[in-house]
Amino acid sequence: MSESQLLDFFLLRQYNIRVVVLGTVLLGIGSAAIGCFAFLRKRSLVGDAVAHAALPGVAVAFMLTGTKNPAVFLVGAAIAGWLSMVAMDAIVRRSKIREDAAIGIVLSVFFGLGILLLTRIQKSGAADQAGLDKFLFGQAASLVTADVMVFGAVSLGLVVGLALLHKEFKTISFNSDFAHSIGLPVRGLELAMTTMLVLAVVVGIQAVGVVLMAAMLITPAAAARYWTDRLTVMILLASIFGAIAGYSGALVSYLAPRMPTGPWIVTAGTLIFLISLLAAPRRGMVARGLRNRRNSRKTLEENILKTLYQLGEEQGGMFNLRTASDVARRRRIPESQALRGLGLLRRSGFVEQANNGWKLTQEGETQGRRVTRLHRLWEVYLTEQVSIAPDHVHDDAESIEHVLTPELELQLEALLNRPTSDPHQRAIPYH
Amino acid sequence: MDLNAFWIILTGALAAGACALVGSFLVLRKMAMLGDAISHAVLPGIAIAFFLTGSRAPLPMLIGAGAIGVAASVMIEALHRNGKLQQDASIGITFTWLFAVGVILISLFAGAVDLDQDCVLYGEIAYVPLDVITTGGGISLGPRAVWVVGAVFLLNLLFVILFFRQLKIVSFDSALAASLGISTALWHYALVGMVSLTTVAAFESVGAILVVAMLIAPAATAYLLTDRLKRMLVLSVASGVLSAVGGYYLAALLDGSIAGAMAVVAGGQFALALAISSRRSGAGNPAFLSVPQLISNQHEKNL
Repeated sequence: MSESQLLDFFLLRQYNIRVVVLGTVLLGIGSAAIGCFAFLRKRSLVGDAVAHAALPGVAVAFMLTGTKNPAVFLVGAAIAGWLSMVAMDAIVRRSKIREDAAIGIVLSVFFGLGILLLTRIQKSGAADQAGLDKFLFGQAASLVTADVMVFGAVSLGLVVGLALLHKEFKTISFNSDFAHSIGLPVRGLELAMTTMLVLAVVVGIQAVGVVLMAAMLITPAAAARYWTDRLTVMILLASIFGAIAGYSGALVSYLAPRMPTGPWIVTAGTLIFLISLLAAPRRGMVARGLRNRRNSRKTLEENILKTLYQLGEEQGGMFNLRTASDVARRRRIPESQALRGLGLLRRSGFVEQANNGWKLTQEGETQGRRVTRLHRLWEVYLTEQVSIAPDHVHDDAESIEHVLTPELELQLEALLNRPTSDPHQRAIPYH
Repeated sequence: MDLNAFWIILTGALAAGACALVGSFLVLRKMAMLGDAISHAVLPGIAIAFFLTGSRAPLPMLIGAGAIGVAASVMIEALHRNGKLQQDASIGITFTWLFAVGVILISLFAGAVDLDQDCVLYGEIAYVPLDVITTGGGISLGPRAVWVVGAVFLLNLLFVILFFRQLKIVSFDSALAASLGISTALWHYALVGMVSLTTVAAFESVGAILVVAMLIAPAATAYLLTDRLKRMLVLSVASGVLSAVGGYYLAALLDGSIAGAMAVVAGGQFALALAISSRRSGAGNPAFLSVPQLISNQHEKNL
């Protein structure tokens, strides 16, 4: 592979490169966009079944017409995909078979029928059968202008349809009862969504093949979900991810035309997914891990300050020296954990270490008092306003004390008329 | 029936029987799609084992693919639990990716190993009689595949018989299992391991994707026809065997893939059972109640 050939690809210098790139990118965009709804409705595997089910449709279309016309394949695959949806629905509704098994049966039996017909076509020696093989794993390199015209048109139709209907789709996806109550034609919309899913699948199998089509629907959508909570942004992101995956597939197809394209597109998409899973802000695993660590450290610190404050209350001498084992015993935590927390607190200046123990600083005492106050205020709130028995309020207060904001604290004080003692008759320490 | 047909049907029947035994528990535990995922996911394991050993020696393949099957289910669980990804998507993403890697590996090794994409899709059961084991004295012991698939069938049978009680309780009531000290996780992964083994053994006969048909369709057919677990297991094996026999003759009739035809016959039986059961018991009747389930229903009512 020479440099100029690579440049040919990246600059889209040749006509057939343009066709293949345009085709795979459009396929990526269309299926990723509609895939977002399949993902959000937890129906990703239904897409998988529809994709597998398209195979007998393509085979029958070929047997009936004897041509490789993409439009004919599209119709055949769409009908078969539709039938598979109807079959899954009927199995779940008419028997005790649950959705997972219904999907599995429809997927594998339709696929088996497709394989049976396909091998029959192969053995009958139909001259054009090579064109059917690419439906199994996809072969972007073999896309021709006519394919791209048809599939581009379908993808465009999907995107336009989604742009027009996305508000309605959003409503029926997230709250179908509400959709009913405001008079949306829920059944009609679901029909439209299903049809779009079938179309996307039927279009996408040209690039990735029936076996891996599910990934074109789910993987970009799942990746996009890590970056945003907004549906519109999610659809846009998923489309971009789908386009990148499709583009990578086209590149591989160009470099190694005999290689099936589907697996490479899927691998590229999975890579994007894994990066999102790890690195996305807020929802990504790294960000979440850091946040959890920060929270548990904050909780530990506040608990130890509270314990030191309460020891001061009970034994007198708020700023006396206490040992780590005093704290550990009072909080019923391992001594090592108490030591770790005390070390953290010393670094932030809330406690000081003297020869044989630890003592609160002025700031530490303020913080310990604040946490103790929040704990007791919450206990009062639960007993007085929520009517929970006094011996059941402690555990809840243990967790809420770390998250109450100063604004909420003021509201609590006002609501409870600044109580002086908690349900266990301990004074509530104000400023 | 000539000898070749006999060997092909026997291999298919043993593979279908082995799949039906473990598949029944997949259907009962709502893990059907996990079975689908595992059957796709073992592909890279098979490809790597082929590449490393340069042959189809069954033992390394079984071990390698069994391990990858368990690894795939661990990955699904990790994406779901640690990655906060919904279950259906974590299954879908994991198995499509592993399958993609498998197909890429096979394409890369093409020529170096005796494995191709057609074999992945629908196996090579028609070639089973060609690969025969012979003793030192030159006496034929029958096709190698029959021995491999037969061994896995017996292993599954032993697994189900020996641990029937544990599998039953874990499948129907995990709370009861926990209170009896039966580890749900242990039996979950034991089942996953057996499914992986079975998938690999059946791979050559029916291919990676149609294994799913053999895992789920006969078990679901049996599930529709009876309310008793033991009867369901027997019926599912019978339905699997019938699929193998019927599939062979359907394929001969149409001159197509035997594995594809087996899936079609299995699907036909399921459709028939569906028609019978919906006439008999009315729509969507959850009639499958064992004692532990009754206990748990009672328990829920009391709550």
